Amino acid sequence: MNLEAVIGLEIHVQLNTKTKTFCSCSTGFGAVPNTHTCPVCLGLPGALPVFNRDVLKKGVMAGLALNCTICSYSVFARKNYFYPDLPKAYQISQFEHPLNRAGFVRIKDERGKERSIGITRAHLEEDAGKLVHDDDPKGPSFIDLNRCGMPLLEIVTEPDLRTPDEAYRFLVAVKEILQYTEVSECSMEKGELRVDVNVSLRETGEDAFGVKQEVKNLNSFANVKRALEYEIKRQSRLIRSGERLTQQTRLFDVSKNATVQMRTKESAHDYRYFPDPDLVPIELSPQEIDGIRETLPELPEERRDRIKAQYGLTDYDVEVLCSSHKIARYFEDSARGYKRPKKIANWIHTEVMRALNETGKDIESFAVTPERLRELFEIMDGGVISGKLAKAVFDEMAASGETAAEVVERKGMRQLSDREEIVDVVEAVIRDHAAVTDEYRSGKKKAFGFLVGQVMKRTGGKANPKIVNELLKEKLSNQPGVEDH
Amino acid sequence: MGLNECTVRELSGRLKRGEIATEDILEDITIALKADSESDEPINAYISFDPSLASSLVGETPEGVGKETLLCGVPVAVKDLINVSKTPTTCGSAMLKEYIAPYDATAVINMRRNGGIPAGKLNMDEFAMGSSNETSYFGAVRNPHDRAKIPGGSSGGAAAAVAANLAVCALGSDTGGSIRQPASMCGTFGIKPTYGRVSRYGLVAYASSFDQIGPITKCVADGALLLEAISGYDPRDSTSAKEKTAHFIQFVGKSIDGLRVGVPEEYFTEGLDEEVKNAVLRGIGLLEKAGAVVVRTSLKYTKYAIAAYYIIATAEASSNLARFDGIRYGTRVTDTNDLSRLYKENRSRGFGKEVKRRILLGTFALSSGYYDAYYLKAQKARTLIREDFTRAFRDVDLIVTPVSPVPAWDIGTFVDDPLQMYLSDVYTVPANLAGLPAASVPCGTTSGGLPVGIQLIADHFNEADIFRAAGVIEEELQ
Repeated sequence: MNLEAVIGLEIHVQLNTKTKTFCSCSTGFGAVPNTHTCPVCLGLPGALPVFNRDVLKKGVMAGLALNCTICSYSVFARKNYFYPDLPKAYQISQFEHPLNRAGFVRIKDERGKERSIGITRAHLEEDAGKLVHDDDPKGPSFIDLNRCGMPLLEIVTEPDLRTPDEAYRFLVAVKEILQYTEVSECSMEKGELRVDVNVSLRETGEDAFGVKQEVKNLNSFANVKRALEYEIKRQSRLIRSGERLTQQTRLFDVSKNATVQMRTKESAHDYRYFPDPDLVPIELSPQEIDGIRETLPELPEERRDRIKAQYGLTDYDVEVLCSSHKIARYFEDSARGYKRPKKIANWIHTEVMRALNETGKDIESFAVTPERLRELFEIMDGGVISGKLAKAVFDEMAASGETAAEVVERKGMRQLSDREEIVDVVEAVIRDHAAVTDEYRSGKKKAFGFLVGQVMKRTGGKANPKIVNELLKEKLSNQPGVEDH
Repeated sequence: MGLNECTVRELSGRLKRGEIATEDILEDITIALKADSESDEPINAYISFDPSLASSLVGETPEGVGKETLLCGVPVAVKDLINVSKTPTTCGSAMLKEYIAPYDATAVINMRRNGGIPAGKLNMDEFAMGSSNETSYFGAVRNPHDRAKIPGGSSGGAAAAVAANLAVCALGSDTGGSIRQPASMCGTFGIKPTYGRVSRYGLVAYASSFDQIGPITKCVADGALLLEAISGYDPRDSTSAKEKTAHFIQFVGKSIDGLRVGVPEEYFTEGLDEEVKNAVLRGIGLLEKAGAVVVRTSLKYTKYAIAAYYIIATAEASSNLARFDGIRYGTRVTDTNDLSRLYKENRSRGFGKEVKRRILLGTFALSSGYYDAYYLKAQKARTLIREDFTRAFRDVDLIVTPVSPVPAWDIGTFVDDPLQMYLSDVYTVPANLAGLPAASVPCGTTSGGLPVGIQLIADHFNEADIFRAAGVIEEELQ
């Protein structure tokens, strides 16, 4: 029996609006419990939701970026269930009429073959609160409603994925798209991106689906992969031993690296969805959708192609620079108006990446802003400092937050380009190293490097190497008297 | 004559001239309330009344009291499911018997800005579910005209208080007739505005797509003043309309010459009490005498109104009332480590029988496998009923019908027969299904001395014609 896995994902992404979906409470992370609340998100008697239009805008942007059809008419529905983190005992979501339908995301599979993964829908909904349990299992549980009403986009895929690795690649691609579009930071640590997976097995070549198992609330892509690998092993063992699977909802237990049963189909909720009578349907005209489309930034695929062509870079450069939209933007901002973008690209994947790793900083809070990096290159090109010194200047800039000019000034690193000054040093070196000079003149060209090194040493490394070279050659050939002996 | 017996119009004039203060009115209400509570059969119109709290609000509303505002400091009693900051808002339920509202409903904010002083919270059917005011956790309300009878519901406390001069005027709410039916049975004026005219923010929801706040008053002019005071677009209610608020009182006393009045045959069939019918027909006669053109009209889907209403309203209610679990606020009757028991106990014991019945009905109607047959079908019927009215209003300005098929009945009559009770809403629910403005105006009494109201229904946002016709009926009957 040759089995293949059929995998579908449900991804919950928090949209990065300033205020919540249906009230004006802050969406800020990490506040004192229950301080970002009001009668609306607390579900107090009589309070009513009012839809935040910014959530709509971001929802449409995400839909467009995921190649979805944006629905001109969508409706909020109530999903009814009881849980202490859900103060209204219903979640405002979208059911029959989602905001976005029928999209796709292109990924490359393990063998580098392009695959298109279908998106069934991407709809808007509000988040629930959070339960904080006491360490003592018999102790109390606390409710923090700060997260209540945070805007979420739920992305539901078609059952198009076949392997855990493909699921992983897909998630990376989706995350990249959402970050590029700037609709979400997708920080897994803050719970801004959460994944549920559906997986079933069937005999390869079959069209019918097997019995699906849902695994909920996976908080990292690595765990998605692990949970899928575990499920595929578990299910195939059961199927091969002739057991009949039943539809289940399971949870991934990180400590055991295994999934455990949460509830069976029989005990599944009946959410009694119905249109929320407190909210009016969302209507979007083609003009409004186009208006949002115009604000859409370039998407990862497009940007890769353009950057490669526009700056004359290699595939490798583009891969590194476009690994995150922030780095890509940093590169483009640095290279703006600069003649040799390739040099900047090289510098970013060596020096900038190294500095970020060392300081543990995010590129957005990095002291060497794109403008400052370009300035450093301009100073180098202008001969004020040498390429060698530039690295030291760059490290200083990263540490002190100064501009290149300030570092050069403070440290006295300005390159010596004054020929008169250099001539004196060159002549002195020739004088003091007569033996080496003779070796050079007798054809031992290597000796030249030694002499350059001596000039650099005497000028504290500041002499312009080009001028040093010129002057040394000139002076060495200008002393015929020695040859005549 | 005590100040509690005066109309809003009289009192606002005297407040403006500085002849009296709000406190004087509150004092007379307090005296009347004391007398009533000491009587053998108290009306039991209020759940809470705190005159000193009301007085303190006078100080907080200096811009509206004694000035050129609509209400100039007149106290307004409020049905106990409309939030008034710092006062109990019990909804007539054990579930919220100790709940103190932390904010003002928008209607209350508007009213206060117009010089109205919230004064006391009125008894009502639990969570506005009932047509007799018998389901209140705080006990039944008696009809001031016959204390053995119900006052109607669910705004029974509001209508009884106004009729018995225990309040100058009141704010009620109407989901399926809860303002008009008690107004009719207690002989007061009551109007449910167009859906969207008055913000629902701060009104504890029973059925969101029907609920509207509206005034119950001693006369039509007072209703016009109070409605103007609470109306207006509210950005905090997505279903609120961006409609301009008119100075409604200008229509009271205006001629109705040429006004086209439709009488729908479906509202005068079997089940309509003879005496009620005669009173309503007399009311129609008065309109005709004053120059209205009376024509027959038809609302052929009326027969589906009760079924559609009780499916959609209970479906919405089952979800709206799900938040009451005693966890964050409200009555917690048990402390247990078992979460599902916590929900079960709090909700089983916190809610009364009728509320639980409607929650179960609504839960059933929304359940998977039944949704299409009940909820969806009811929504289709609702559309047909709405279209009925659209068609009718192409030909007429106003539709005139009875409010309740029968006058006030004895307390206890239908307590164990909910279906009969539901059927008594037959004439009032269509206006809620269609979101139309509708009022009850007194138009006579039965031989037993029980008041009978006539219902005036107008097209969306055409409250003006209701006030014109209501003014005429009131004047002709005096």
